[in-house]
Amino acid sequence: MKRITGLLLVVLAFAGVLWADSALSITGAGATFPYPMYSKWFDEYHKKNANLEINYQSIGSGGGIRQVTEGTVDFGATDGPMNDEQIKAYQDKHGFAILHFPTVLGADVPTYNIPGVDVELSFTQEAIAGIFLGTITKWNDPAITGSNKGVSLPANDIVVVHRSEGSGTTYIWTDYLSKISDEWKTKVGKGASVNWPVGLGGKGNEGVTGTVKNTPNSIGYVELIYAIQNKMPYGRVKNSSGAFVKADLASVTAAAAAAVKNMPDDFRVSITDAPGKTAYPISSFTWLLVPAKFSDANKRDAIKGFVKWMLADGQNYTEALSYAKLPKEVVAKELKAIDKIQ
Amino acid sequence: MLAMTGVCAFVAVSVLFLILGYLVYHGGTSINWNFFTKLPTPVGETGGGMANAIVGSGKLLLLATLIGVPIGFFGAIYLAEFSGATTAFVVRYAADLLNGVPSIVIGIFAFILVVHPFKHFSTLAGGFALGLMMIPITLRSTEEFLRGVPNALREAAMALGASKWKTIASVIVPAAYRGILTAILLAFARVAGETAPLLFTALGNRFWSPGWNQPTAALPEMIYRYAISPYDDWNRQAWAAGLVLLVLILVINIVARAILSRGIAVPRS
Amino acid sequence: MGTTTTTVPSAGPLAGSRSFLSRLRQGDEIARMITFLFAASVVLVTVLLVFELWQGSDLSRHKFGFNFFRTSVWDPIFGQFGALPFIYGTLITAAVSLLIAVPLGIGAAIFLAELAPARVSDTLEFFIDLLAAVPSVIYGVLGIFIVVPLMRQYIQPALKHSLGFLPLFQGPAYGVGFLTAGVVLAIMVIPYIISVSREVLLSVPRDQREAALSLGATRWESTWKVVVPFARAGIFGSIFLALARALGETMAVTMVIGNTPTISASLFSPGYSIAAVIANEFTEAVGDLHTESLIELALVLFILTFILNGVARLLIVATSQRGSGMGNV
Repeated sequence: MKRITGLLLVVLAFAGVLWADSALSITGAGATFPYPMYSKWFDEYHKKNANLEINYQSIGSGGGIRQVTEGTVDFGATDGPMNDEQIKAYQDKHGFAILHFPTVLGADVPTYNIPGVDVELSFTQEAIAGIFLGTITKWNDPAITGSNKGVSLPANDIVVVHRSEGSGTTYIWTDYLSKISDEWKTKVGKGASVNWPVGLGGKGNEGVTGTVKNTPNSIGYVELIYAIQNKMPYGRVKNSSGAFVKADLASVTAAAAAAVKNMPDDFRVSITDAPGKTAYPISSFTWLLVPAKFSDANKRDAIKGFVKWMLADGQNYTEALSYAKLPKEVVAKELKAIDKIQ
Repeated sequence: MLAMTGVCAFVAVSVLFLILGYLVYHGGTSINWNFFTKLPTPVGETGGGMANAIVGSGKLLLLATLIGVPIGFFGAIYLAEFSGATTAFVVRYAADLLNGVPSIVIGIFAFILVVHPFKHFSTLAGGFALGLMMIPITLRSTEEFLRGVPNALREAAMALGASKWKTIASVIVPAAYRGILTAILLAFARVAGETAPLLFTALGNRFWSPGWNQPTAALPEMIYRYAISPYDDWNRQAWAAGLVLLVLILVINIVARAILSRGIAVPRS
Repeated sequence: MGTTTTTVPSAGPLAGSRSFLSRLRQGDEIARMITFLFAASVVLVTVLLVFELWQGSDLSRHKFGFNFFRTSVWDPIFGQFGALPFIYGTLITAAVSLLIAVPLGIGAAIFLAELAPARVSDTLEFFIDLLAAVPSVIYGVLGIFIVVPLMRQYIQPALKHSLGFLPLFQGPAYGVGFLTAGVVLAIMVIPYIISVSREVLLSVPRDQREAALSLGATRWESTWKVVVPFARAGIFGSIFLALARALGETMAVTMVIGNTPTISASLFSPGYSIAAVIANEFTEAVGDLHTESLIELALVLFILTFILNGVARLLIVATSQRGSGMGNV
């Protein structure tokens, strides 16, 4: 009996080792913002390339930056571009650069769960800043009711939900808040992980959506597709031109329009509070973080192949998930930049 | 007053039945063939399953057993048969210390020791973390059962001219065999449900994990991820996985106790 | 175990009865060395663990010193890391859980040890041991889907209504928070209190009870005033064990505590615990200071559980020795 068990274990161990050669497995980790898009892409790409598995884990943009810098994953993903310090740290550690590749355009939307209210609310800049600063505490505060005449908002306490871990979605949200509210800029600042004045923490876009869904009188910020897929209401936000805009393909594309003309070579750009009458003010690119050099030629070719596919066929999958396509100019620029990967 | 204590006992036990009941209800309705055979689908799409997590958990636990059991088993033999009092004290103390370490701290340790140097999240790292947790339970229980074997057996073997290691291998260990098996099963059941150490070691995988050096999905980790998400389909799968995991753990526990309660067999030769 | 040339056995029946070479030839010495290596590896691994925790928190220990335990700001952007909210959250949830679990647990243990017929006691104990085997993540799932809504819709409003004048029960009822985490933890630690307390109660020698009863005490008086005090140390031991478990719990807590580093007098407030923040932030702590602060938190947790487990074991051993000892106290 014991001998058989022993033999079985040895066989299994060998099987595991042999199995290792059958598929090339690439690991990526990072943002939850584009996770629905990436999970679809990697699934589709695997169908076309059965020998390649790109395993993407959504641990948050902060995690993507950290793990790609550590070298424990082959590529990262983030919606808050790495800052100069982080880029330098990567360069110092590895001896070559880390490259940003925009993949899609998405939007942070304020999604809420107010019993009895299932219409679209309109949020002014003061309202959003006040809610997340904790200075506006009740749903029937004049700052909110003022822009939502005709909607009866209850006198309940607002439950704010934010991210509990380092998040690019948070980066986008706080980037926007820092631009429209001086109080926010000095008190909290912008970043992937901030010292929130109020609120509960949820893990990932999924966690925040889940918490808002289960908690009455709550409001949180999530990527558009999460609100749509879970049939949750999300509000309009007042943009820099004074119009209340809802996040959708058109308004997000409009937000990128101004930045496209002056896209820097490293693709790091912020498009929050963008000019334009129809622009949605809390939009953003999201990026893949790809090392400029790979020691494993197979992995390098696999990733380059994927990025090329992503910029071409991949863009056809985005709109079904409410992510806007990359502008043509950005795609062209990226195709050239792929050659930087060695 | 006495009746109150009865109430306390009743409350405590009914919690277990409540847990089982809810899991069976919610999980039972979501368990289907897909759950056991399909891979996860892209976010927001339904119809996926946890096939890779089931296999992943299997691989992790296999590795954990391969690491934890030999160390615990042979270490216990040393403690029970060879060591002096001081060494025994130190080893036991270390084992108890290891046992009390919160599982998240073991996860950090495994990250520093395995993930960081190899630059890879992997089944290996996850198995190592779980194996560490199996060591103390296996060690202490095995030692106890070995000590429980009556000295008469040892003396008889010696009298027949057997060397010490032969005595251990063919007399003492078989005599304590039931208890040792129980200890291994209980250690196994303990780590089967552990999630925290896997967060920084096995990471997770949407696909099958080839070999031992890649990240892998595991049942507890999927349960966590799916339970905190807003997707109803994922929530259902979390219940189903919870039921599968709990049934597995409870069955192992019950089997282990049944083995033990049949008494320590004395081999006839 | 040194070599000896005498044939008179000294320590055990086998010690020192043969020469080193003879042992080697017979394979005993090899067996001894191999098994010693395995045993030593246990010690090695444990020492390594402590070392890595100490080493890995080097930066933050030197930067913050003891202020780490006094500051409550946890700000990765500005590089400020204070452990106070996490320590507070860990201790508060543990305290709440013990407040609930200890009376229930000891009561149940008394019932099982003193009152229930042996078969009932053994069967119930069997089920309670199964409760202890349920993994943390499953308690977390139950927490999210059952306890949190219950708290938010019924229990917290009720507490607010009746006891809302106490700062403990003020503030909005989120459902998640210190109280909910405490309740879930209570469910998780009750089995430990029950099974250990039951064992120590059972180990109290029979003559203690008989003496009390023969002096005219009622069943309850004999139990509460004689048996339980006799086993007091062991019962405390079980409480410390439960406390150690509660402090280290990760998954169930992070799923129901609210994940916000807050210090608040109100039990309704969301909070954070040491284990939960490590689980959430470790993979993405950007920058060495952040990572090392988290490792320092892990070190704190380790030391806390280490002390508690040590004390617990001493107490339990003391009681069982007392019980099996001479019997006179």
